[in-house]
Amino acid sequence: MAKMTLDELRALREAKRKDLEKRDVEGKDIQIIVGMGTCGIAAGAKQTFDAIVDQVQKKGLEGQVLIRQTGCMGLCYVEPTVEVLVPGMPPVIYGKMTADTAEELVEKHLVGHQLLDNHILDRPAADILKN
Amino acid sequence: MAYKNYILVCGGTGCESSKSEDIYRDLIKEAELQGVKNEVQVVKTGCFGFCERGPIVKVLPSESFYVGVTPQDAKEIIAEQVVKGREVKRLLYKKDQNATNTVRVQDIDFYQKQFRVVLRNCGVINPENIEEYIARDGYKALEKALFEMTPEQIIAEVKASGLRGRGGAGFPTGVKWESARGAPGDVKYIVCNADEGDPGAYMDRSTIEGDPHSILEAMIIAGKAVGAHQGYIYIRAEYPLAIERLNVAIAQAREMGLMGKDILGSGFDFDVELRLGAGAFVCGEETALLRSIEGNRGMPTPKPPFPAFKGLWDKPTVINNVETLANVPVVLTRGAQWFSSIGTEKSKGTKVFALTGKINNSGLIEVPMGTTLREIIFDIGGGIKGGKKFKGVQTGGPSGGIIVEKDLDTPISYESLVALGSMMGSGGMIVMDEDDCMVDVSKFYMGFCVDESCGKCAPCRIGTSQMYSILDKISKGNGVESDLDDLERIGKAMTKASLCALGGSAANPTMATIKHFREEYLEHIRNHKCRAGKCKDLVVYEINPEKCIGCGLCARKCPVPCIAGEKKQPHVIDKARCIKCGECFKACKFGAVIKR
Amino acid sequence: MINCKINGIPVQVAEGTSVLEAAKKANVKIPTLCYNPDLAPWAACGICVVKVEGSNKMLRSCTTPVTEGMSVITNDTDLVQTRKTVIELILSTHPNDCLNCPRNQDCELQTLAQEFGIRQQSFPKRLRNLPIDDTNGAIILNPEKCVRCGRCVTVCQQMQNVWAIEYLGRGESTRIAPAADVKLGDSPCIRCGQCSAHCPVGAIYENDQTGIVWEALQKTGPEAKTCVVQIAPAVRVALGESFGCAPGTDLTKKIYTALRRLGFDVVFDTNFSADLTIMEEATEFVKRLTEAMKMGMTDATSLKTLPLITSCCPSWVDYMEKYFPDMIPNFSTAKSPQQMMGTMIKTYWAAKAGIDPASIFSVSVMPCTAKKYESHRDDTMYASGFQDVDISITTRELARMIKQAGIDLLNLPESEADSPLGPYTGAGAIFGATGGVMEAALRTAYHFVTGDELKDVNFTGVRGISGIKEASVRVGQTEIRVAVAHQMSNIEQVLKEVQKARSEGRETPWHFIEVMACRGGCIGGGGQPYGATDEVRKMRIRAIYDHDEAAVYRCSHQNPFIQQVYKEFLEKPGSHKAHELLHTHYTERPLFLK
Repeated sequence: MAKMTLDELRALREAKRKDLEKRDVEGKDIQIIVGMGTCGIAAGAKQTFDAIVDQVQKKGLEGQVLIRQTGCMGLCYVEPTVEVLVPGMPPVIYGKMTADTAEELVEKHLVGHQLLDNHILDRPAADILKN
Repeated sequence: MAYKNYILVCGGTGCESSKSEDIYRDLIKEAELQGVKNEVQVVKTGCFGFCERGPIVKVLPSESFYVGVTPQDAKEIIAEQVVKGREVKRLLYKKDQNATNTVRVQDIDFYQKQFRVVLRNCGVINPENIEEYIARDGYKALEKALFEMTPEQIIAEVKASGLRGRGGAGFPTGVKWESARGAPGDVKYIVCNADEGDPGAYMDRSTIEGDPHSILEAMIIAGKAVGAHQGYIYIRAEYPLAIERLNVAIAQAREMGLMGKDILGSGFDFDVELRLGAGAFVCGEETALLRSIEGNRGMPTPKPPFPAFKGLWDKPTVINNVETLANVPVVLTRGAQWFSSIGTEKSKGTKVFALTGKINNSGLIEVPMGTTLREIIFDIGGGIKGGKKFKGVQTGGPSGGIIVEKDLDTPISYESLVALGSMMGSGGMIVMDEDDCMVDVSKFYMGFCVDESCGKCAPCRIGTSQMYSILDKISKGNGVESDLDDLERIGKAMTKASLCALGGSAANPTMATIKHFREEYLEHIRNHKCRAGKCKDLVVYEINPEKCIGCGLCARKCPVPCIAGEKKQPHVIDKARCIKCGECFKACKFGAVIKR
Repeated sequence: MINCKINGIPVQVAEGTSVLEAAKKANVKIPTLCYNPDLAPWAACGICVVKVEGSNKMLRSCTTPVTEGMSVITNDTDLVQTRKTVIELILSTHPNDCLNCPRNQDCELQTLAQEFGIRQQSFPKRLRNLPIDDTNGAIILNPEKCVRCGRCVTVCQQMQNVWAIEYLGRGESTRIAPAADVKLGDSPCIRCGQCSAHCPVGAIYENDQTGIVWEALQKTGPEAKTCVVQIAPAVRVALGESFGCAPGTDLTKKIYTALRRLGFDVVFDTNFSADLTIMEEATEFVKRLTEAMKMGMTDATSLKTLPLITSCCPSWVDYMEKYFPDMIPNFSTAKSPQQMMGTMIKTYWAAKAGIDPASIFSVSVMPCTAKKYESHRDDTMYASGFQDVDISITTRELARMIKQAGIDLLNLPESEADSPLGPYTGAGAIFGATGGVMEAALRTAYHFVTGDELKDVNFTGVRGISGIKEASVRVGQTEIRVAVAHQMSNIEQVLKEVQKARSEGRETPWHFIEVMACRGGCIGGGGQPYGATDEVRKMRIRAIYDHDEAAVYRCSHQNPFIQQVYKEFLEKPGSHKAHELLHTHYTERPLFLK
């Protein structure tokens, strides 16, 4: 992308903000966000990420599911953490999501629209940008 | 096909002991009975943390928050909420028992205990995607700084916000910028101190890994305010992921014209370069850091002159901590008034702490200044692991002191922590329980300072080694009472006469532990006893013959080996050869191995 | 001006003055260890701490500037207790070796321990068992005694720009050694000895060779040697300091007596061979200048005919060979006065006195540590067929010998040096001060070019303590531009300008350059009594020029004994014989031998 002017920056911001709110990126309406700070990676988040990609492919859902990375959420004691956004379901943050939980995640939550037992956590604080 | 409702039953130990397992089963039963099992999923979760009002049940998507739930309530919850779509008002959280209006989950105090300003984007955006940063008001502060505000106005705003340095010293950021702006010279620098060296502290690392652009934006704003066009980020080499993310961010910012020449067509130039540390804690001290960038040995130089007047290559330099900088864009977009409404009178804004140690919910938290330590440790942190007894919390890393139970209701601020004999430091917070030995803790931190002392000034170079050797002596049962006087004398001289804060605060953990736990030190000296069982030389392992069944497992685990005994006969540990590794203690299933 | 108070005493000082300096005006001497007036404050030791009224914080007075209205407390229980503890901490890493130490009774740490009434060892000793480095022949490093004050590193890096030593390791294992931990003998060290002159303790000191001198002096029987000594211009104005005199007390004639009482058979004076050096060097200069005027100054510059650079300072020679070998052709080939004297003793004088040169033991007393190395630097130092100067000892070593022999120096009767290599002119005497060689050379060069004597022989433009001095002198038809640099860090700038002119095809900015490695010239040499500051240096320099003004002859060529030497022996300056005996050559040397 080329160097922007002030107006271009503002336009980009508006466009991307709407995107994020819509949660519909490139036509994919399901998002899985894996925490990839060093604490997450040390706990196996890279393997979790790969396993989820794998499972999503196995179930043929690549066209609907976007898998992204993010930084540390602060829930270091239960890394790896994964946020799952499925339209029609409440947004959920899961903890202790090692690579072996990927199958259950995709099957139960994405396909079965059921939440996973024993993994749910809360976002630690409100989003100051939403005030 | 999604469910219409999800019922989350808190499965933490607090609620479990109050029958959350029964609630879970009864809810599923009732859902079945009332014919709505396809409309609701009942899920067990981890701890919600609101343990004193447990058992907790949360219903989504309505965000209904029920407290003090019993298994008998299951029927009503299903009937009212799931079938009829109405909340069970009597179970909803109220501020106190007598209040009539219920409160939304978001408004519950507990959930406001954390207020993520610095970490606003961490865990929300992809740090390697500049557009996501931009979407969440990223580079909006920069627009203001470049097109709508004069440098004086920027500085006035930062001053009015009350933002103070988050690296530990707490110097007012706006005043620092103002000094640098006023210092004579055409060439000035902005330096970001990302050499986070305190053991157990990783606030800056996570901020950079999760939101690198916030730092870059802040540095450009600082450059505009002060009149600098070049920035350096000094980051420790032990943070490879943070370095990588910064490099990606810098490249993206340059590509989009948000860094480099003529930013956004404003005519203002600013660029940032990385400089990697090489394993020296002392290079986190600002003057040593600047000397290191210059290519010299990382040793502190005297102040005055202060870096704002004579810093990098003798030019006026603003050097700020990562967390301080991460606050800057928010100060400009939300305004000084908003920012200064958070926190206490003299300590504005929030602070990120790395809560670690013997605590259930260890992790990175961000709280408004003024939050008490009790709230942090017992509410947000979920209390002591394994239900053990709280002994103390160490704040400020090797420069800090220990805060004990009686002072836990102190609201956190720069001044209050210093008054307690500790300091805010960079934000490390290490919780200790009854199994932590205060002599050992003090020895650990002193050992760290011995390793990391640069060696330039005598008080620190020699004082730390002498203090360490005394602490080591005490931990091995060879201490004498006058050792405590020596520790205090050397500690005082070191604190007053060291050239930099490394030596100037190295004695703090020792002085604090002696002040609050003098009996523990005396116990080591007079009775050769370590009540926490940490000081190996003072710990004795032996086998209780009445409990030992002679299974021989301990003998097999012993690395020396020094446990003898016939099969099915009580075994005996040879105390003279025992190396106190504790393997036998861990292995014995019959509680026959005693640790004294 | 700033008004402040020291212990309640009002004091007025210039802005930027440190609390330490301001305190002196109130007659308060704040204790220090790492501080040295020659160097920017290093602020390491933590002993100079003071308080500002109203605050409990302690500040280092060496580096804190006074501010208007500041009220400083230099002495309260807290401060004394802190200082004492810091001293005890330093003592805990220092061996209790005073009785065996070269700094016994002349040691800054010993003085502090005494002043603070240290009576017991409060903290256990933490010594490191590091080996002594004596590989360089002139300077010895004893890291066991190092208190890590940092003076030597600052001296070698900032003051002298040689960078032979650096800090290694960190924390308690910080030590000072050449970079990459090579031995000093393999490092860029030019042996100027400034490190030893600034060291507060016995961690760096000169290689004491008095034992060898005693042996020669006290030998009797058929093996006995004829002991001949020469004494340098700078020694006579500083030796007295080791005996309680003020700096700049001229003890020349008493020193001659002392030397004889020590057992020397013949006492000559380096000032004589300084005159000889001028004869050779001024001749060389005039020759080069004449050539340059013929071919044009620009060509002369690029062909390295000019500038001519003095070469009597052996540290400077070593520095040039290591750092600026491209300047070798610009160097005067004349040896130093010490070496010229050595050669003349074992040839001219030996023949005249009818003594076999093999039985001569030739000693020089120098303010300089590098002279120990110069005496065997290469084969030209054996021009007489023997080692021309057998041993060179420093002023400090001579002081110890005199004391050991029980000689009451200050009350001795005066005497004269021996002829023919003793009597000297004022021009020879001023070699000891920075600018002295240049001035002496100009006095004679003037005569060589014009045939006249100068009406006023004083070239004040090249005198003084300023690091680089420039002057221009009219000699006959030509305006000669000269530069004088002292303290090694000042020379880089001068040489780079010459190199720049050369590479740009311009005329050299100066025709004649004098360089002294030590600040103040030889009077500030690395082997002089401890405690040199600019104040001391100025006093020593004053004495040198007073000595010159009192001399019978002020120009080297006027010395009748010099004229005799040429008539009887060397024919004329720059003759073939002079070249064989009194000139040397130079070679590029690596900075690090390993």
